[in-house]
Amino acid sequence: MTLMQLVFLILAVAAIGSAIGVVASKNIFYSALFLILCLFMVAGFYVLLEAPFLAAVQVLIYVGAIAVLIIFSLMLTEKLMSTEARAWNEQWWVALLVAVCLAAVLLYVVVTANWQVSDAPAIPDAIAALGKTLMGTYVLPFEVASVLLLMALIGSIVIAREEKEEKE
Amino acid sequence: MIPLSWYLIVAAILFCIGLYGALARRNAIGVLMGIELMLNAVNINLIAFWRYITPDILTGQVFAVFVITVAAAEAAIGLALIISIFRNRQTVVVEDVDMMKF
Repeated sequence: MTLMQLVFLILAVAAIGSAIGVVASKNIFYSALFLILCLFMVAGFYVLLEAPFLAAVQVLIYVGAIAVLIIFSLMLTEKLMSTEARAWNEQWWVALLVAVCLAAVLLYVVVTANWQVSDAPAIPDAIAALGKTLMGTYVLPFEVASVLLLMALIGSIVIAREEKEEKE
Repeated sequence: MIPLSWYLIVAAILFCIGLYGALARRNAIGVLMGIELMLNAVNINLIAFWRYITPDILTGQVFAVFVITVAAAEAAIGLALIISIFRNRQTVVVEDVDMMKF
């Protein structure tokens, strides 16, 4: 076993463990903290896969923005350390069944499929190439994504704003 | 070198854990966290396929960037909706928000 594989196994165990922590913690605040740990481990996978730009984006956007947003809205909506009576709904066993069945199907496909793996090394200047691809082949989705972000920005302000005039 | 299937196995397990969280949580923010886990699993798959199958074409990375963008938009809108629902109905439990059910 090489060092890379050892690092991968450590990351994998940490990622899956913290993901289980996300769905299994009774206290939703601990779930959010486990989510941050899990997102960091996924960034570690990106580093192992030689995609450093995406690892940085993962840490900046997921950990820096989304996780902080989730913690903020937890603080705005609930008493933090209050453990609610039930964290899971009545259909949790159906959900568990569905998740386990899907996992079985996916793992069967992944293990039995004959992947055509290429031995080529990663391109040396992948970040520059990514920028060229984004502004070349994928320029239309890129622009649509910026419109989507603007819509999300305005939409979330409108939705979350307190409407005073209705109460009169 | 790490085999491709290792990444796919980890991503599949993460996706199913996220699916369970999205289906079984009562707290709407918990549901959103499950969805974030699922999106991350998809991203691991996209990057792994880029690295192992088409390392000279950057489509996998581009799609991962788009997934992250859409995830950010989805989280912002979703949390705004949750805060709005909490303000009007004093609850974040998805089962209690059933005004459109008859």
